[in-house]
Amino acid sequence: MEQYEPDSLSPAQLAAMRRSLSNGRAALSRRSLLRASTGGALAVGGFGTLSACGIPAASQGQGGVSSEDHSAKEKVINFSNWTEYIDLSADEKHRPTLDAFTKRTGIRVNYTEDVNDNVEFFGKIKPQLAAGQDTGRDVMVLTDWLAARLIRFGWVQKLDPANLPHAYANLSSQFRSPDWDPGRAYSYPWQGIAVVIAYNTKATNGREITSVSQLLDDPKLKGRVGLLSEMRDTVGMVMLDMGKDPGTFTADDFDAAIARMQKAVDKKQIRRFTGNDYISDLSKGDLAACLAWSGDIVQLQVDNPDVKFHIPDSGYLAGTDVMLIPNKARHKTNAEKLIDYYYEPPVAAQLAAWINYVSPVEGVKAELAKIDKKIANDPLIVPDKAMSAKAHLFRSLSSKEDKAFEEKFAQLTGA
Amino acid sequence: MTTTVTEEPAAPPVAKTARPPRKRGRLVPYWLLLPGLLWLVVFFALPMVYQASTSIQTGSLEDGFKVTWHFATYWQALADYWPQFLRSVLYAGAATILCLALGYPLAYLIAFRAGRWRNLVLILVIAPFFTSFLIRTLAWKTILSDGGPVVSALNALHVLDVTSWLGMTDGNRVLATPLAVICGLTYNFLPFMILPLYTSLERIDGRLHEAAGDLYATPATTFRKVTFPLSMPGVVSGTLLTFIPAAGDYVNADLLGSTDTRMVGNVIQTQFLRILDYPTAAALSFILMAAILIMVTVYIRRSGTEDLV
Repeated sequence: MEQYEPDSLSPAQLAAMRRSLSNGRAALSRRSLLRASTGGALAVGGFGTLSACGIPAASQGQGGVSSEDHSAKEKVINFSNWTEYIDLSADEKHRPTLDAFTKRTGIRVNYTEDVNDNVEFFGKIKPQLAAGQDTGRDVMVLTDWLAARLIRFGWVQKLDPANLPHAYANLSSQFRSPDWDPGRAYSYPWQGIAVVIAYNTKATNGREITSVSQLLDDPKLKGRVGLLSEMRDTVGMVMLDMGKDPGTFTADDFDAAIARMQKAVDKKQIRRFTGNDYISDLSKGDLAACLAWSGDIVQLQVDNPDVKFHIPDSGYLAGTDVMLIPNKARHKTNAEKLIDYYYEPPVAAQLAAWINYVSPVEGVKAELAKIDKKIANDPLIVPDKAMSAKAHLFRSLSSKEDKAFEEKFAQLTGA
Repeated sequence: MTTTVTEEPAAPPVAKTARPPRKRGRLVPYWLLLPGLLWLVVFFALPMVYQASTSIQTGSLEDGFKVTWHFATYWQALADYWPQFLRSVLYAGAATILCLALGYPLAYLIAFRAGRWRNLVLILVIAPFFTSFLIRTLAWKTILSDGGPVVSALNALHVLDVTSWLGMTDGNRVLATPLAVICGLTYNFLPFMILPLYTSLERIDGRLHEAAGDLYATPATTFRKVTFPLSMPGVVSGTLLTFIPAAGDYVNADLLGSTDTRMVGNVIQTQFLRILDYPTAAALSFILMAAILIMVTVYIRRSGTEDLV
């Protein structure tokens, strides 16, 4: 568009004409917009370029890829963890266990709370790991099922048992040999998680909620029940309620559990499938009862005594968040020292007393008792015999099963 | 757009050959365009090509994805997820209409009546942007909480009986219903409606209203025949700026909704992150883009305005 301004026009006329440029037909019109979008479509339509792309196979064979270990020269560890998943000092400025580690070994820890969600974090680190590059992380904490996937893809490194004497000796038997990492060659638990039933007595009018059946069927809870958006946690709890073992179930068992929940969804029993955001809903009473993660509930009870939890007689699903060393990590030995450090009972006790999840460390109870008797006797933090007997693990899935099951679960949750 | 003003006289075609254009001056606009173009190529065109390619691939994350020209993914995605598409369009449409109904009077007030308060009110309109989108949406969970004053008042006034009958709410609550999602969308995108409306209303010459009055037009007629037609560019761009992002939004449906309020954005998120079915996620994105492009084209053609700003 070329515009000319004849000299013969008066200033007022000129002004009017300039205005028309920004306001009239010359301005962004529907034609120019349509023209532009067609152009864009044509550019995209270069079919040749389309087939040039493609996503290479993720799998690099089990075993992991190491790179030169800079541990001796660079006294550093880059540690990625979930938010609020480590002990803090009273002024919330220091992390006592990490500070003590640095003091003892001289290794500085760059601690980053950048894990908010397993699937999102996987999306974030996938490009580097798939391309065989360093993620900039030496140790990261992820939930067991995602750890299993990373091990299957060969994206994490085998740990050196020589650097892990405490971890080897003190790992509690419950966590020793998951089917996705027998003998703990690649991973060590940071904390254990128990999936429990939580309820707000104010919202249930003082009634106790004691089974998953009650969550799915009790008409008094209609529209005020929350289930977890983590497929394994929710489906596992429903399977247990139906008398199936999530450690050995078949595809039919899975479908039966989905069908059972679908009924509850159809009659509007279920309010939402939630992540961590169930905490505020339960506290306000918008959710009367829900499936919940044990550590959250222990912490929530401090603020809100109306919140109670129950371990169903049918058992509960036990999960773990595990520490992993990704491929090409620059400071593997340092990272192993850190993993081992958290398996010393006094350190584990300090951590457990603060974050209130299930401690995976044998011998933590005696140390915890020195800090806080109440916590030491809480079965949600140090599982007693009865509690351990009720624990069930979700079996590992092949990638085909993983996709099919996640798809069915997504249909259930609305998409 | 190259709306540069050159000194070239608007001569008839014959005169053009007489004086060749100056070369250097002609290239300047293109040099100025270069950074923007590069930006578009790197951050818009390349990802689009990549997504288009992904949508016709097959495979799995473990074995890799290969381009197999598998267009059936598109049909499968549409067949599986048409309810979510329909819902996205309906919710975004409802939110757009609500935004227009709420935003127009406010924009009118700011443009013609606010006087010296004008800037303050404009800042108040933009103020919500100072906090994060997520926090603003989460705040609604507290406001609309089941036992909260808002829901109690709506119950007392029997408003929820009406909305329940319409299928917009469920029982005595607002959260986890379609109504909550639509309200969340309306709230989050309202400024995108108000600002363009304000700019186009503010441009209207006040003397036109006086002229209409002189010609015995009632205020209502003045609005219908003068003000509203002149503000059409603002209405069109406001509705587009509201509808397009609202149709692709997934945060509101996720936080304020339930299983029966999931929108297509939620499906894409689940397919991409959870199920790791990248082709379906890419195909869904393209279908959404195409659907919006078609709707917007029809809308602009029908709206009878040439201008978008």
